[in-house]
Amino acid sequence: MQTADKIKPCYPLFGDDDYQASLQAKRADFEEGHAADKVHEAFLWTTSQEYQELNFKREALTVDPAKACQPLGAVLCATGFHKTLPYVHGSQGCVAYFRSYFNRHFKEPCSCVSDSMTEDAAVFGGQKNMFDGLANAKALYQPEMIAVSTTCMAEVIGDDLNAFINNTKKEGHIPQEFPVPFAHTPSFVGSHVTGWDNMEEGILRSFTLNDMAGKKPGSNGKVNLVPGFETYLGNYRVIKRMLSKMGVDYTMLSDPSEVFDTPADGEFRMYAGGTTQAEIKDAPNAHTTLLLQPWQLDKTRKLVEGTWNHEVPKLNIPMGIDWTDEFLMKVAEITGKPIPESLTKERGRAMDVLADSHAWLHGKKFALYGDPDFVQGLVKVLLECGAEPTHILCHNSNKRWGKAMQKLLDSSPFGANGKIYVGNDLWHLRSLCFTDRPDFLIGNSYGKYIQRDTRYKGAEFEVPLIRLGFPLFDRHHLHRQTTLGYEGMIQIVTTLTNAVLEQLDRETAEMGVTDYNFDLVR
Amino acid sequence: MAKLRQCAIYGKGGIGKSTTTQNLVAALAEAGKKVMIVGCDPKADSTRLILHSKAQTTVMHLAAESGSVEDLELEDVLSVGFGGVKCVESGGPEPGVGCAGRGVITAINFLEEEGAYDDALDFVFYDVLGDVVCGGFAMPIRENKAQEIYIVCSGEMMAMYAANNIAKGIVKYANSGGVRLGGLICNSRNTDREDDLIVALAERLGTQMIHFVPRDNVVQHAEIRRMTVIEYDPKAKQADEYRALAQKIIANTKLVIPTPVEMEELEDLLMEFGIMEQEDESIIGKTAAELAAELAA
Repeated sequence: MQTADKIKPCYPLFGDDDYQASLQAKRADFEEGHAADKVHEAFLWTTSQEYQELNFKREALTVDPAKACQPLGAVLCATGFHKTLPYVHGSQGCVAYFRSYFNRHFKEPCSCVSDSMTEDAAVFGGQKNMFDGLANAKALYQPEMIAVSTTCMAEVIGDDLNAFINNTKKEGHIPQEFPVPFAHTPSFVGSHVTGWDNMEEGILRSFTLNDMAGKKPGSNGKVNLVPGFETYLGNYRVIKRMLSKMGVDYTMLSDPSEVFDTPADGEFRMYAGGTTQAEIKDAPNAHTTLLLQPWQLDKTRKLVEGTWNHEVPKLNIPMGIDWTDEFLMKVAEITGKPIPESLTKERGRAMDVLADSHAWLHGKKFALYGDPDFVQGLVKVLLECGAEPTHILCHNSNKRWGKAMQKLLDSSPFGANGKIYVGNDLWHLRSLCFTDRPDFLIGNSYGKYIQRDTRYKGAEFEVPLIRLGFPLFDRHHLHRQTTLGYEGMIQIVTTLTNAVLEQLDRETAEMGVTDYNFDLVR
Repeated sequence: MAKLRQCAIYGKGGIGKSTTTQNLVAALAEAGKKVMIVGCDPKADSTRLILHSKAQTTVMHLAAESGSVEDLELEDVLSVGFGGVKCVESGGPEPGVGCAGRGVITAINFLEEEGAYDDALDFVFYDVLGDVVCGGFAMPIRENKAQEIYIVCSGEMMAMYAANNIAKGIVKYANSGGVRLGGLICNSRNTDREDDLIVALAERLGTQMIHFVPRDNVVQHAEIRRMTVIEYDPKAKQADEYRALAQKIIANTKLVIPTPVEMEELEDLLMEFGIMEQEDESIIGKTAAELAAELAA
C-alpha cells in the first residue's frame, strides 16, 4: 500500500500483495488473455529458426524500427546554429515528440515550435499558420534565425515553404531581411539522418547561394566540418580539440554541444553557442568541407561541391585508429599544418589501451545496429580490436552502403562471420539474437527489450546490451561521451571491455561453483 | 416512411453534373420528396440553382473562419432553397494549394456528427468533383454513405472513358461495401445515335441508361437566372424530362456492381458507332521523314 510518509516507486510498489491481487483480478476478469503456458509456447516459437524465416519474409510491416523520422534530424541540425529557433510547419503532436525525444536523451530542454496545423489548415494549406507562426515565434522567442522543416501533414498536401515564407515577408508579418531557411522533410522518405542533411543544406544554401561573389576556397584559411546527425556531445568537442591542437582554424557547421549541455546556475538559456550567421556566410572561403558522417550528407555534399566549389575529400567517419589517422592526415595535407606531438601521444595512448584490453575482446561476437556511419565506424573499431561483428543491422541505409560494409568486413579475418542487414528492424535482430547468439548486442536503449526477451528464455541465452548510439533514454550522461577520434576509441574500448568483464563476473560469481575464476585482477 | 436513400452523382468534368443534379432534385422536391444536396467540389457550385445565389458559404470556409470545425453548427452551413431542398457545400481550397479531398472528408464527417441526415429526409445527393482524384472524393461512397451512384455522361468519347473509369472505382468499393451503380444519365450533347450508344455502353457495364435528357436551351435560360427549369418554367418540355428522370430514380431497383470494360472493348464500341476511327497501326512511332520515305518507295 502506498502511504504518504513512505512513498515507494512503482517498483517495488506493484509487487506488494494488494497490487498483485488487483493486477491478477484484472487479468482474470477483463483481459481475456491466453493462458500462461500458451503465451510461453508462442514465445518459444518466436525464438525458433522457423519463426526467423517467416520473420524475414515480412513485407508490409515494420516492428520496432531502428530509425526515426526526417524532421527530428532537422530539429537537431537547426538547434546547432546560433540563436536559431527550429520551427516545424505541420501538426503539433509531431513537435511534442521531437522535443521529448531530445529531452529524454540529453536530459535538457529542447526549444522548438510548431505552427500547429489543424483540420482547416489541412484543407486550405498552412500559409495562414505560417503567417501567424513566424510572427509569433519571432516576437516571443527573439531568435536571430528561424529554421523551418515540415511534418508529413504539410508534405502530403504539398505546402510550398518557399512561397509561404516569401509571402509571410511580403505581407509584413516578419521583416524581409529576417533569415528563414527551410527544408522539406517528409517523414515517409528516408530517416532522421536525411532530415538532418536536408536542413543543413537548406540553411547553408540560404546564406550562400546568392552571395558567392568574391568567395574563394581557401581564402579564410579554415576548414569546415559537417557533423551530420550527431548526438554525442563529446564528438563535437573532440573534433574541435584535435583541430585546435593542430592550430587549424575551423567552422563546425551546426554545433548543439552548448545548448544541450547548459549549466544549472539558475538561468534558462533558450539559445547557447552554435554556429553564427557570419560563420556560415564565410564558410565557402574555407579550404574545404569535411563530412564527418559522409553516408548521410548527400545533399550537403552537392551544395558544397556545386556552389562552394570545394573538393570534398573522400573520408570515412573518424572512428577507430585508422580512420582517425586518415582524417588528421587529410587535415594536415589540406592546411599544411603538421600533426603535433600531443596528438601523436594521444594516438599512442589509444594503442596502449588496445594492447591492454584486446585479449578480452578477441573473438567476442557482437551484434550491432544504428545509423549507417556509426555502424560502419563501430565495425571498424571492432575489427581493430580483434572482436567479431556478426549481425550488423542498419534500418536506414542502402545497398551501396551494404556493399561498402562487405568490403570492410572482407578486409579483416575478424569480419568473416559478419552479415550485413540493410533495411531490417529490431524484430529481425531479435530473431538473429536467438538463433545465432552473439556475446553482446551494441545499440541504443531499445535494445534492452532484446536483452529482456533473450534472458527470459534462460540465462545461457541472454544477450547483454551495450549502450552506444541514439537514443539513450535509460542511462544517464552517456550523451557526453565520445566515439570519434583516439579519445573515442579509448572510450569505446573501455565500454566494451568492461561490459565483457562485468558479464564474466556475473557468470563466475556463483560461490563454490564458478568462482574459481571470480578474479580480482582482470 | 421510406428509408433515406443516399445517392452520389459522378461524371466527367463539365458534363453537366451540377445542373442535372439540381434539376433532378427540384423535380423530386416538386413530387413531395424531402431532399438534401451535398456539394463535394471546392468550386462550390452545386446548389446555386436551388438557392439563387452565386455560391453558398461552405463548411470549410466557415470552419477556417471560426478556427475549427468543432465550433461550427449545422444551421451555419445549411441553407434551404426551392421546394424545401436543404443545401450544403463542402468547399475547399483555391486550385494549387491545400488538399481539396481532405475538405470533402472533413465536411461529410461534420454533417454526420451534427445529424444533418435526419429521418425526415428521403434523399441525399452528393454532387462530386469530376475526377475521383484521391481518396477524399471517394468519401461519399465509403461505408454507410451513398449506396447508389449515378454517372452523368454523353455520347462523347472522353465522357464515356470517364464513365468506364468511374465504374472501375465503384467496383473497388462495391466489393467491400454496399455501394451499387444505379445507372447512366445521358445528358445529351446531340452527337449521332447518342441514345443507342449510351444504351450499349450501359449494357456492357451491366447497368441501364436510366434516362436520356435531351439538350434544350431552356436549361441555359434558367441557369442565367440561377434557377432550375422546374422552377423557371415548370411547363417547359424539358421540365417534364427531369420529372421523368426523378420518377425513374424513385422507382429504380436495378442497383448493380458494374462490369467495367477493357480499353479495347470500349474503343471497339466507339468505332462501331463511328465516334472513333480505326487506328492505322502501321504509322505508330514513325516520323514525318520516315513516312515520306515510305511513300516515295
